[in-house]
Amino acid sequence: MAERVLMKGNEAIAEAAIRAGCRHYFGYPITPQTEIAAYMAKKLPKVGGIFLQAESEIASINMVYGAAATGTRVMTSSSSPGISLKSEGLSYIAGSDVPALVVNVQRGGPGLGGIQPSQSDYFQATKGGGHGDYRMIVLAPASVQEMASLTMKGFDLADKYNMISMILADGTIGQMMEPITFEDAEVATYEKPWALTGTEGKRKHNIVNSLYLKPDELEAKNFERFEKYAIVEENEPMWEEYMMEDAEICVVAFGIASRVAKNAVVAARAEGIKAGLIRPITLWPFPKKALAAAAEKVNGFVSVELSMGQMIEDVRLASGCKKPVALCNRAGGMIPSPDEVLESLRKAQKGEY
Amino acid sequence: MAKVTFQTDLCKGCGLCVNACPKGILAIDTDKINKKGYSPAVMTDQDKCIGCAFCATMCPDCIITVEK
Amino acid sequence: MAVVFQKPKSLADVPLHYCPGCPHGIIHRLVAEALDELGIEGKAIGVAPVGCAVMAYDYFTCDMIEAPHGRAPAVATGIKRCRPENIVFTYQGDGDLASIGMAETVHSAARNENITVIFVNNAIYGMTGGQMAPTSLPGQVTQTSPYGRDVNHCGWPIRVCEMLATLEGPEYVTRVAVNNVKNVKNAKKAIKKAFQNQIEGKGFSLVEVVSACPTNWGMTPQKALEWVESDMLPYYPIGVYKDRSAAKEEK
Repeated sequence: MAERVLMKGNEAIAEAAIRAGCRHYFGYPITPQTEIAAYMAKKLPKVGGIFLQAESEIASINMVYGAAATGTRVMTSSSSPGISLKSEGLSYIAGSDVPALVVNVQRGGPGLGGIQPSQSDYFQATKGGGHGDYRMIVLAPASVQEMASLTMKGFDLADKYNMISMILADGTIGQMMEPITFEDAEVATYEKPWALTGTEGKRKHNIVNSLYLKPDELEAKNFERFEKYAIVEENEPMWEEYMMEDAEICVVAFGIASRVAKNAVVAARAEGIKAGLIRPITLWPFPKKALAAAAEKVNGFVSVELSMGQMIEDVRLASGCKKPVALCNRAGGMIPSPDEVLESLRKAQKGEY
Repeated sequence: MAKVTFQTDLCKGCGLCVNACPKGILAIDTDKINKKGYSPAVMTDQDKCIGCAFCATMCPDCIITVEK
Repeated sequence: MAVVFQKPKSLADVPLHYCPGCPHGIIHRLVAEALDELGIEGKAIGVAPVGCAVMAYDYFTCDMIEAPHGRAPAVATGIKRCRPENIVFTYQGDGDLASIGMAETVHSAARNENITVIFVNNAIYGMTGGQMAPTSLPGQVTQTSPYGRDVNHCGWPIRVCEMLATLEGPEYVTRVAVNNVKNVKNAKKAIKKAFQNQIEGKGFSLVEVVSACPTNWGMTPQKALEWVESDMLPYYPIGVYKDRSAAKEEK
């Protein structure tokens, strides 16, 4: 039976993770995501799981690496500066092709930045962060409900592709409370013949490793991994379209920014401005096809972001630079008001991008 | 009666076995060069071997088998 | 005639890449012998470091993982917490364990994580070509201390065992050496005990093995072992620094 509860976004992630069969959490406190750790510390021991507060973000991501290598469903969570510290581990996990879920409840940066919501880790999440050629599946929830559903989805995708799934949330959705529904979902299980379980003398030893000293071998491994990424790009993009049927201006926004943008689209329509919204739910793979299709029919795009303009580069790329792209942004923990977004739509209506 | 066997092709000629041998019956054969390009360790007087396995204990490449 | 000494089964039948006379091979063998003798090879999961032993995953026949530099105890923690029934060990050098990975070392010890840590101290960074290590001796000449380690400039070497022994957490902290037959035999006993402790659920067991680096010390293998005796061991004395279970029994 589906269950309706009122929850904080961060707690929804934690509860969803447990419901997805995650019994191991390794983390380090940082605002504004600490509720995830606190929830796990309380709940995991009661369901036979392990919560462990590590000595650092670096240690916690490496505990995740070890746990993931055993084929165990595992997660960590942090916020922007902490994700920078975890980036070394993210690269190793990606380079070893083991699955894990990592949550980033973003705050303003760079440096210590602030503790208010931000989306300025878009580049870090979608373009790398750690060293080397690798990708993570990046899911951007826009509601507490999606904090839960995308967490469950993230675990599944991670296992399906032996990749990292990152929940790229922000401080607003992390902290706010909304009623959500937990559906009784079957947790899919995947064969993990590569897992470190001990040979029991029955098979050749498994090695989880990202070191390939022979350049031809390392190259082959990279090409093989990117063939997998191509399949993910083909099969897994997720996005929402709102009032796009007859739209002349396409607003692109994810996460909390998309909720403000949606209000602005409604207000713009009331003024006779034919605006619509494309909300990427997966930031990688980016919904390129949706943007390319929109580029054929709209006059221009407005990228609404809580950053100095990061996703806007993907909007330009995906739309083939066919139409102008404006940026409507706030940064440092500030959130644009619907009026600010509306104002940028009015300008776009006048051809001012 | 004891017997020491070397996997000569894997020997790196470090000489730690030679120094460990209490009977002084191991040597680096500088006239030979193995597949790896090293002059390997050899037994010079098998009859005197007491099978103590000190040579094998100190061999970093684990190429020595001792029988007794 | 019976075989009195042969390669242990847990040591893979492949040539080791180490330099001539490098005691890593001896220490690998001691670990493999311990796995064989305790019958735990099939349950063991090893964590390789970054350093000369980075390819240890090819040398042990048990399941293996290669950790980022210094993070082996954290990786081992993740494995052990998921699979407490397995035997988890790390194999780390001095740069890995006592420099970049010091936090992971200290905290896994403080948690009394039920893992076995093999710590090879040869007072130098070997893989990168002989730079100063956290355990390089005062005055020791390395590539990055070409005039000898000046303790007023770059600080003093760290005695890991002595430091960890001050913690409540760890079960067993000991220092051994592999510079002669007697010490190798004692090192074997310590390593075996460190695994036995894990089997018995006693907790964090670290064996520091004082080793040598003939290549980067610029010495013949035999001379390097003599330098271990004359210079290393006075600074890093062999001994048991902590043995909680033994201490309890004495009481």
